[in-house]
Formats: sequence, C-alpha cells, structure tokens
Amino acid sequence: MKILNKKILTQGTSGRVVRFDVFSPEIARQAKAGQFVVLMVKKEGERIPLTVVEADPAKGVLALIAQEAGLTTALLCRADAGDELYSLVGPLGHPTEIKKYGRVIVVGGGVGIAEIYPVAKALKGAGNEVTAVLGARTRELLILEDEMKEVCDACHVATDDGSYGRKGFTTDILKELLESSRYDLVYAVGPLPMMRKVALVTKDFNVPARVSLNAIMVDGTGMCGCCRVSIAGETRFSCVDGPEFDAHAVDWDELMKRNNIYAEKEKHICRLNNV
Amino acid sequence: MKTRKEAVKIKEKDAAGRTAGFEEVVEGYSEKETLQEAGRCLQCKNPTCIGGCPVEIDIKTFIRQITEKDYSGAYFTIRQKNDFPSMCGRVCPAEYQCRKACVLSKKGLPFCSKEAINIHFLERFVGDYGMANDLTVPVREHKDFSRFQVAVVGSGPAGLCCAGELARQGIRVTVFEGLHGSGGVLRYGIPPFRLPREVLDFEVDYLKRLGVILIPNCIIGKTKTLDALFEEGYAAVFLGLGAGTPSFLRVPGENLCNVYSANEFLTRVNLMSAYQFPRHHTPVNIGKHAVVIGGGNTAMDAARVALRLQKMNGISPDTTILYRRTEVEMPARRLEIEHAKEEGIKFRLLVKPVGFSGDEKGFVQKTKCLQCKLGEPDDSGRRRPVDIKGSDFELDCDLAIIAIGLKANAVLTKATPALKVDPWGDVVVDKETVETSVANVFAGGDIVGGEGTVIEAMGMAKKAARSITKRLLEKT
Repeated sequence: MKILNKKILTQGTSGRVVRFDVFSPEIARQAKAGQFVVLMVKKEGERIPLTVVEADPAKGVLALIAQEAGLTTALLCRADAGDELYSLVGPLGHPTEIKKYGRVIVVGGGVGIAEIYPVAKALKGAGNEVTAVLGARTRELLILEDEMKEVCDACHVATDDGSYGRKGFTTDILKELLESSRYDLVYAVGPLPMMRKVALVTKDFNVPARVSLNAIMVDGTGMCGCCRVSIAGETRFSCVDGPEFDAHAVDWDELMKRNNIYAEKEKHICRLNNV
Repeated sequence: MKTRKEAVKIKEKDAAGRTAGFEEVVEGYSEKETLQEAGRCLQCKNPTCIGGCPVEIDIKTFIRQITEKDYSGAYFTIRQKNDFPSMCGRVCPAEYQCRKACVLSKKGLPFCSKEAINIHFLERFVGDYGMANDLTVPVREHKDFSRFQVAVVGSGPAGLCCAGELARQGIRVTVFEGLHGSGGVLRYGIPPFRLPREVLDFEVDYLKRLGVILIPNCIIGKTKTLDALFEEGYAAVFLGLGAGTPSFLRVPGENLCNVYSANEFLTRVNLMSAYQFPRHHTPVNIGKHAVVIGGGNTAMDAARVALRLQKMNGISPDTTILYRRTEVEMPARRLEIEHAKEEGIKFRLLVKPVGFSGDEKGFVQKTKCLQCKLGEPDDSGRRRPVDIKGSDFELDCDLAIIAIGLKANAVLTKATPALKVDPWGDVVVDKETVETSVANVFAGGDIVGGEGTVIEAMGMAKKAARSITKRLLEKT
C-alpha cells in the first residue's frame, strides 16, 4: 500500500488532479478495466472508491488518479511517494465487458478520462475501432490526452471555454459523430450532468450506452447499500451490481440528489481543515 | 449465605447519562452480587438449562464453581464449550436460550420470566475474570499439525472462533478479513455500548498471541480466489462470511437521502466512528425525527445509536421504532427492548411503512404508514401482520433506518460457481461435517443458516474446526 510515485497532472484552481502509483501486488494481479478500489488515506479517514487506471501485475503496481474535491481526496493528493495508505482493498465491482462491439465511442469528462482510459485500451485490444471524445473545463485541466491518442483511432477534445479543441461540451461532439456515422456502443464516464446528457443523446440515435457510476460508498462490497441506484426502476448496488450500467436505465435525478447527501458536512470538514 | 428468591438486579448506567455517549450500559455484577445470584441456582439433578444453550455449556457446573469461589474453574468449564464468554455474556439472547430453559422460569412464554437465573450475567462475570487474570486455555499442540495451514475467511464470530479452535491445536491459521478492522459484525454492527471494543480487541489480540495471522483488506473472491488459497498451500478453508447484504422494504421513496440501511448507519457510526465527526472523517446524517423500521436487535441498536446522536448534536431526542407486529413477536432481546424504552425510544407497534416522501432536494421528510392487526401464524410461527385498509397515516421522518434483516453476501459465492448455494444464496453444507460442495472448504455462521446469533455461529465454527482437524489427521 506504499505510494511509489506521484505525478501532478493538472494544477487547476478547483483542485489538482494527481496520479499515484501504489504498490499492491495482489490487487494488481486481479484488476481488470472498469474495476475500482476502496481506500483510506489515514486511520481516522473515510473509505472512498477510486477507479483502477492501470494495473501492472509484473511490477505489482496500481495506478490511481484522484482530483482534490473533498477532504479525503485533498489528503490523498497531499500524500507523497514513500507514504503508506492506511487501507486499500479491491479490485471491486464487475470489470467492463470487453469484446468486439465494432465501432465504439468513449466519452470522458474531467477526471473521468482516467476511468475511460483503461477501458479504451482494452476495447482497442479486443479489435474495436475506438473514437475518444475528451472534455475539460479549460485546457490546463485536460488529462491523459497523449495516452488516449495512443490507444484510440481518433481523439476529439472539447473545452467549455474554447481554450483547446472545440468550444463546447463532449456531448456536442458526440452528437455530431452519431449524426455522421453508425456506432455500436458509447461508453462514458464523467460528471453526472455529462453522463446524463450522453444518455439522452445516445437514446435519440438508438445507440447502446454504458456508464460507470460514482455513487457514494462505504465498504464497496454490498454490505451497506449506501451506493444504491435505481436502474429501470429496480434498486441495485453500484458496488457489487455495477459500477457500470445501461445509461438509458439510470435514474439520474435520484443519483444526483443522493450524491449530495453529505454536501453540508463536507463543506464543514473542509473548512475546518483548510481545504 | 441465605438463598434469595428474587434475581439480583444488574447494575446499569442511568438512561439520561448513558445516552450522552457510547459507554457500556450494563456494568455487570460485583463479586458479591455474582455469589448471590449463583446461590439462587437449584443445582438441578437434571439441569434443563444446558439444553437451552446452543453450544451446551455445562451451566450447572460453572455456577457451582462460582458458589465455591472457584472462578478459574468456572472459566475453564465455560471455555470447554465457548471461546468468548465475555462477549457471549454480553450479547447472547439468554432469555430465549439457557434462561428460558431454566427450571425457575415460568413456562409457556416465548422467552424466560424474570425468575430465571441470570446465567448470562454470571457468564460475563466469569469471562471478565478470565480476561482480567489472563487465563488462557492450554494449547494442545498436535505434533503433526504444525505443517498445516488453514485459511479462515471472515473475522466475525464464526471466523474468530474457528481460528482459535484450530490454532490451539498447533495448526497455522490465517484469517482473511475484507474490511480494514477485524471482528465483522462485532465491530461494524454491535455498538460499543453493548459490546465495548476492549472486549473484542482482547479476543482478537489473544488469537494473535496464539500465532493466528490476521490479514485485513483482503476479499476472498475479489482480491484472491478460493482456488488461490489452495494453490498457496492452505490445506483447508473455513468460510465465515456472515449475512452481509441488507434487505430493503421495496416501497416508494426508499432511495431518498437519509434513508439508510441499518448496516450502513451502524457501519458509519461503529466501524468508521462517524459519531466523532469531524475528528473522524466519515459523516452520518442525523434528523430531528428518526424512525427505525424493524423489531430485531439491529433495530434496537440503530434506534439507540440514533437517539444518542440526536443528544450529542443538541437535538431533542425523538426516535421511534415501527414494527408491524406487537412487542411479544419482536425478535430482539428483551433486555435491549427494555434498554431502548428506558432511553426514551418510542415504539409504534402494528405499524407498517408503505412509502417515504421527501423535499425538493431529495431528503426524506415523511413516511406513510398503515396500521396492521395480527392474523394467522406464518411459517415462523409468529402471527402474520394484516393490513387494515384505510388506516394509513403519515409520520414526520427526516431520518429513516431500515432494519428488517440481511441476506447472504454473494461476492464469494458468485465468484466461485462450484460452491453450492440454496435459493437464498446461503452456502449449502453437510449437516454433520459442515463441509461445503467444494472439498476441504467448510462453512459456518450466518452464511449457512441465515441470520442467527453469535453463539450459534460459534457452535457451527467449532463443528467446522472438529471436521477440519479430523481431515488433517487423515492426511498425516
């Protein structure tokens, strides 16, 4: 659970994005694209889920990417190479179903690009034609562009402020791609409003869409039900039934509300800790 | 000493004081009180109490030893059958078990009457005596066993018990625990005011002293497979996975914010220390009107935790338990129902929630309920609640905790198709050997029988330990 390397990917005002290589041979041996770990930075800390970005079984190393958003991610991003995480468990959740779909678009928004990267790589490896659509608020917040270009057949970028790539949203590009040609699958990870929009756009074109949901979790093993989401009217646990679901079946309203459940407490604890 | 007719009352912290925190409620008997209570035992020629104990502790003998002030002797008598007297003395539902079978208890009730000997409090005294004096059961090392390694999956009551039984015979045992803290439900579920953490820590440390290796953060079925354990050289595996997945009511509004499963609520508070937020970082929300649904021990625990959090947060306590039957049918311990009442928990019986409604931000505000009446007995032998049409009413509820039971956690069984499960997802075992459909894999505790008690889990774990020992002997 020792942090071997730390790399700051972006410095943005809304919180840095940091990549960590963590020594964890057992998890590295088992982890597949789409799975996640649950970690604690300190003994008195929270348990938070993070997607496995890369797993190197030979070296026993896992790559994780976190953005400073609340106290726990801020504490994590302050950790340095040589530090030990208090707890790390995984790999959790179902891996992405990797097979030959044909033509696939992967959509990543913000730190969500860290989550689509391993999936894009695996899909490409399975013989799919993979087109990436990456989004960030502004140029300096865009992560993993080179890595994505390497594993995808085409790579499009949108920034909210137009500082790089197209001015606008990932879903604008997605819509144009779907208008111009036929695709077999869209895979998206990003902020909830983005994933919801992806669901709407793909529905119009009748293209299947998968999303990886970032519900709040405690244990991550189906024990608590904190991460429950409504999928086609049925309650499912993101941790053990997901984290990926059919984007068209997700109750987005409910998930957005549930993800704000501790907003007040988070603000309070961040203020106390000068985060 | 003159024999008393009436049971010796147990010392408890007063309700107002104890609800300001998580200190243990029951303070236990003094030596004098222990002797008085033990002195009430009739020492029956044919003691019925023993048949009421799931692991058949020789209750008659250990009580006699107490009256002779031979507390060490009493401790070892209990330890012949029960590894954790200090824990069981605190959490065993004695009023449904040994005490109900006590000859002094009035018959014909679903639980014991107050005349029954307080066997559990005597057991607790003896267990705590053993703990304070570091009494340890001698290790009976079998010379051929040291080359065997056995894996125990889960560090709850079943896993800890099985690990101890095996380690005492010189078998090398490794316990794999999925969470970062050990003890399973004893740590994440049962609050410290019922089972102080020092007692649990003592038992876990004792196992470590016996040479048991405890590996946290390792989920068998995810971090490594069951097969991998055999590849690593373990000769046998014991599965004490517990009943880990919460059931929900499946009513509208159940996914509103601040509707918790009891497991989540208690895990946040007990395991993650959310009651010490923000010093500990895991949050838990608390409401002005807390409603807990269910009638078991978990419901009592959740309600009493909620009420404590209300007080600790300066909210005037308002916590209500809703249960669709009456108090007699509640599966909770009578002692804990009494404690809950003393602490000011309100009970609304014959009430069934049929939905929740919330505000525009998605936080629960009210629960809609139906009044019920009791109908014919169901499969469990308890009278079935029947809805009364048109009786619906609303209750204020800005915190709801669902405590209606647990199902088997499927993480390992789904990853291991060779492991046979029943339609409820429980692992199927041979009744005699508790071996599963996979050779050399044994199972016990809630993953086998569904939700049971700590002592029942330990009973199965001991059975598994005997089977494993026998299997290893065959291999020597």
